[in-house]
Amino acid sequence: MPGPPVRAEGLVRTFAGTPVLAGVDLALDAGEVVVLLGPNGAGKTTLLRLLALLLRPSGGRLALFGEDATRASPAVRRRIGYVGHESACYADLTGAENLAFYAELYGVAPARVRDLLDWTGLDGAARRPVRTYSRGMTQRLALARALLHEPDLLLLDEPFSGLDPEAVAQLQTRIGELRTAGHTILLTTHDVERAVPVATRLALLHRGRVAWTRAGGGADAATIVAAYRTVIGGRA
Amino acid sequence: MRDALAILRKDLRIEWRTRESVSSVFVLGVLLLVVLTVAQDPEAEQAPALAPGVLWAAFVLTGLLGIQRTFLLERENDCLAGLLGAPIDPASIYVGKLAANVVLLGLVQAFVLPLVGLFLHLDLVPALPGLIAVCFLGNLGFAALATLFGAIAVRVRAREVMLPLLLLPLLVPLLIGAVQATRGVLAGGLVLAGGGITVLAAFDVVFTVAGWLLFAYVVAP
Amino acid sequence: MSRILPAATGIAVLAALALVFLVVPTEADMGIVQRIFYFHVSSAWVAFLGFFTVAGASAVYLWNGSRGADRLAHAAAEVGVLFCSIVLVTGPIWARPIWGVWWTWDPRLTMTVILWAVYASYLMLRAFGGGDEAVARYAAVLGIVGVLDIPLIMVSVRLLRGIHPAVIARNEGGSGLVDPWMRIGLLVSAVALILLAWWLTTLRVRSARLEEELATLRRRLFVRPGEVA
Repeated sequence: MPGPPVRAEGLVRTFAGTPVLAGVDLALDAGEVVVLLGPNGAGKTTLLRLLALLLRPSGGRLALFGEDATRASPAVRRRIGYVGHESACYADLTGAENLAFYAELYGVAPARVRDLLDWTGLDGAARRPVRTYSRGMTQRLALARALLHEPDLLLLDEPFSGLDPEAVAQLQTRIGELRTAGHTILLTTHDVERAVPVATRLALLHRGRVAWTRAGGGADAATIVAAYRTVIGGRA
Repeated sequence: MRDALAILRKDLRIEWRTRESVSSVFVLGVLLLVVLTVAQDPEAEQAPALAPGVLWAAFVLTGLLGIQRTFLLERENDCLAGLLGAPIDPASIYVGKLAANVVLLGLVQAFVLPLVGLFLHLDLVPALPGLIAVCFLGNLGFAALATLFGAIAVRVRAREVMLPLLLLPLLVPLLIGAVQATRGVLAGGLVLAGGGITVLAAFDVVFTVAGWLLFAYVVAP
Repeated sequence: MSRILPAATGIAVLAALALVFLVVPTEADMGIVQRIFYFHVSSAWVAFLGFFTVAGASAVYLWNGSRGADRLAHAAAEVGVLFCSIVLVTGPIWARPIWGVWWTWDPRLTMTVILWAVYASYLMLRAFGGGDEAVARYAAVLGIVGVLDIPLIMVSVRLLRGIHPAVIARNEGGSGLVDPWMRIGLLVSAVALILLAWWLTTLRVRSARLEEELATLRRRLFVRPGEVA
């Protein structure tokens, strides 16, 4: 299917009359890893949920893989994988059962479930209920769930939050592997230092708009932090 | 509809694992039965006449409280987002949840029905096939509406009171039909219950189809 | 149009009042109290029409998201519940002097109570469901399901006949309109109340639209340029 992964123009989303996103312009091309920075309340989760087709825009235009988001076909849905704040996994089922359930809904072979459990290092815990998992393990399971159907576009909402340094390093490695494998990734975080190493591009979302965009790919973290503070710290 | 089956199996598996809904709803059913009977304090001879009303009042109230659980399940960990992201017809979610609710309520009915016979001095055995048929029809109609509005109630404010508020007026025809049908079946078999059964069957068809068509609008982004 | 409607309503209502209280002969059995019947029955018809309006507007809203349809559904529900309440109040006023009871479970009154309850739950959902715009969609679903329920209510309520047969028999025969002036009276009352309901609905729709515009303006006024509210 033709069309770049994401083209958002003047995207607006209001809730109960208040604009949460007030005109977001964002473009993602295949193979990019874009990190969306911003303080809490900037609208990062809302933007991600719009891209995941879980919310409808109140205004502006959004095209995913060339298709209008408000009339997205199931084929477009298959190309998107979303990992939100919460795992979307059933706490009383085991990790393997959760993945098997979603595999059935997506029409994916059981072998893929095994492969993903392997890749995320969860094959040991796969037979335990998700309720017993640590935050890091739940995170990995959610990532596995989102990858079951081999989506072209991966949307990760604050994937680094609540992870210890080792888990962070593992996640950074995995993001690198996914990028090499050809996935396009958009992730949000308010932790600049963890994001910079993985990003090909960084953007700052502030008060419902994209304040700036910078190239990643080895950019100096300190510079990015400074640019971040200029916008956030400068206006109270 | 394979997706609906997958969802049904998933719900049943979760329920089997925790047995949370079935046990609490069952205990609730028994409690309501006791309360409704005791509140009327009938003489032994009058008691059997109360049975249809008590039975269905207990079912409806128990169902209202028990059904919330099937959608709260999806709210935990934002599982509904996972379901909606999948390339499945939203109507499959409706059918799957509907089936799970029918099973849950059916189990409650299976326990509560004999208790009604016990508490109200009724011999249910001669009328059993008819009773089972009426119970199933009532169950299906209730679940059809409750699944649709359960999905709504779980997404709005004031959710505990909203589900009964929305459902009870709409359920009146079901209640009337079920009580009349039960009374007919107990008095002399399915023929006497004809009017009630017609209402129940019509209710079931109308609202299963309506729920199937309208569910997509409830879960749309 | 916006001036013809109130004028027509006013004329019709005056005509109805004049007919019902001055022209129409007193009913033989029931006496003067029977005159309330004209407004009682007309209100019931209006309440039903209101319900179908809610359902129709709801269906349109689900189909194309038209805000006008949504406002109409909400307004029709408010006016509908008003006329439903009139039926429920005039019913006992009529029943008590004639049959000695404040309430009967006759099919039509029972149906009106249930209808009132469905209307009320619709309004509760809109009032307390929270500010999310999805609530309009949920209300639309309720509006459609409600109208589907009506035939089922009508059929099932007749099964209740076992409860007060004597009262029902009397009630069913009660609307024998012997004098042609009585029939005219009913017709004019119905027209008058329909016009009244229509006018009230348009007023309510207009006020809803103005409220929404006001909220938008207020938002724009208090947001500095370049900032998000």
